[in-house]
Amino acid sequence: MIFLNYFISGISLGSIYAIIALGYTMVYGIAKMLNFAHGDVIMVGAYVCFYAVSRYEFPPFVGVILAMFVCTVLGMLVERLAYKPLRQAPSLAVLITAIGMSYFLQNTALLLWSSNPKVFPSIVGRGAFKLFEGKLSVSHITALTISACVVIMIVLSLFISKTRLGKAMRACSEDKGAAQLMGINVNATISLTFAIGSGLAAVAGALLCSAYPTLMPTTGALPGIKAFTAAVFGGIGSIPGAFLGGLMLGVIEIFAKAYISSQLSDAVVFAVLIIVLLVKPAGLLGKQAQEKV
Amino acid sequence: MSDAVLNVENINVYYGSIHAIKGISFDVYDGEIVTLIGANGAGKSTTLNTISGLLHPATGSVSFLGESLAKIPPHKVVERGLAQVPEGRRVFAQMTVQENLEMGAYTQTQNISDDLEKVYSLFPRLKERMNQVAGTLSGGEQQMLAMGRALMSRPKLLMLDEPSMGLAPILVEQIFDIIADLHRTGATILLVEQNAQMALSIASRGYVMETGKIVTTGTGQELLASEAVRKAYLGG
Repeated sequence: MIFLNYFISGISLGSIYAIIALGYTMVYGIAKMLNFAHGDVIMVGAYVCFYAVSRYEFPPFVGVILAMFVCTVLGMLVERLAYKPLRQAPSLAVLITAIGMSYFLQNTALLLWSSNPKVFPSIVGRGAFKLFEGKLSVSHITALTISACVVIMIVLSLFISKTRLGKAMRACSEDKGAAQLMGINVNATISLTFAIGSGLAAVAGALLCSAYPTLMPTTGALPGIKAFTAAVFGGIGSIPGAFLGGLMLGVIEIFAKAYISSQLSDAVVFAVLIIVLLVKPAGLLGKQAQEKV
Repeated sequence: MSDAVLNVENINVYYGSIHAIKGISFDVYDGEIVTLIGANGAGKSTTLNTISGLLHPATGSVSFLGESLAKIPPHKVVERGLAQVPEGRRVFAQMTVQENLEMGAYTQTQNISDDLEKVYSLFPRLKERMNQVAGTLSGGEQQMLAMGRALMSRPKLLMLDEPSMGLAPILVEQIFDIIADLHRTGATILLVEQNAQMALSIASRGYVMETGKIVTTGTGQELLASEAVRKAYLGG
């Protein structure tokens, strides 16, 4: 039963990684860049939610919606100001800009909200569901996190596979020039991708800080890196890959903490990543580049 | 000259410091097939990409249906009725045949099922494979898909960039038969080709390009018969 408890915690943490990883993988799929500022958008979302709920006493639900709105705008703004001018630049220049943007967001947060940790109020109560005569306990936030991840995954998959805009996003990720010749506005599509990814980051921020309530300007950094790892693990550019990679990373991390060593858990996670990439260089569900001439 | 569908006026195009197109002018009239022929590197594809707005001329102008395209972004050019089948086909390999055709109709707001039927009747092979991923099609089928995709935008001018490239001779004949059919049903076509023989045999008029300039022009038959063109491009 304790094993099952660990497993559920792992799936819950993994769900958060998966939601963040979706942002990385979608942006990579379309803009072919790694947006290292993505983790810090999570932090901004968490702060917005924190102030809305603790200071201005909005209901938590409204706090999350507000955070999503702010992060969506922030994501589009970051893309427009920092990345769009570099569309033709070498990828290293874009990468460095993304790292710079990450520090810029962290430092701005430091200035606005100070380095004092805030205690984040859970967006649902601290209660838990008791199952099997109390032997298995699933906290409300765990249940909410897992359900949120499943809903996001289903909605996003349907959006990408069925809608006109979703198909345009896939077309852009394959061939921007050809997409342009179809009459697709490539810049607007990239902007939309950043908007969706950043909106999801806000949700991840609220869920993350509800489960792990210490909020600081650096709160988004490590989960950001882990989620990036999850995206690579699953196969960067692949949406089901981000989902699978996130869940697996969460489970491996919690099991490593429980059964091996809590200090070594991150090392174990990355060791597994290295092994997976040795066997499958494109990640679990990544597509090996294949083109017919 | 006002009834030209496409009017290209003395354009100069540079890639960095390389002067790729050196002041060329030509027109395409309603219902014509006009072909640009010439060797590899003569600037044919550059000319097409400039018309569709992927490249910008340093000087000179491109007008489509009497309107200058200078300030219009490429994705808006399609809305006006200019469709390009790019060199190398560039179908969306991971999307299905049907999805590729839907992307072709991206700018269309009305129901597209009639257009789909039209394309499928023109290319029955595509209908058989409508749910197949485009990357699994053969080269000839991909060329058909690229053409069908462009037709989905209901173009007033269809630009084809090297449709015969990399195809077996029998397929080349098939593709050219389809182009000639499209022409008979009233389509206006600008065709860029290295296969001068095939292109000139179906063209109303042709322009011969050499290192960024137009060196000769005439009707398809005149150019086919011309001694200079035969020597340079038709292998004897």
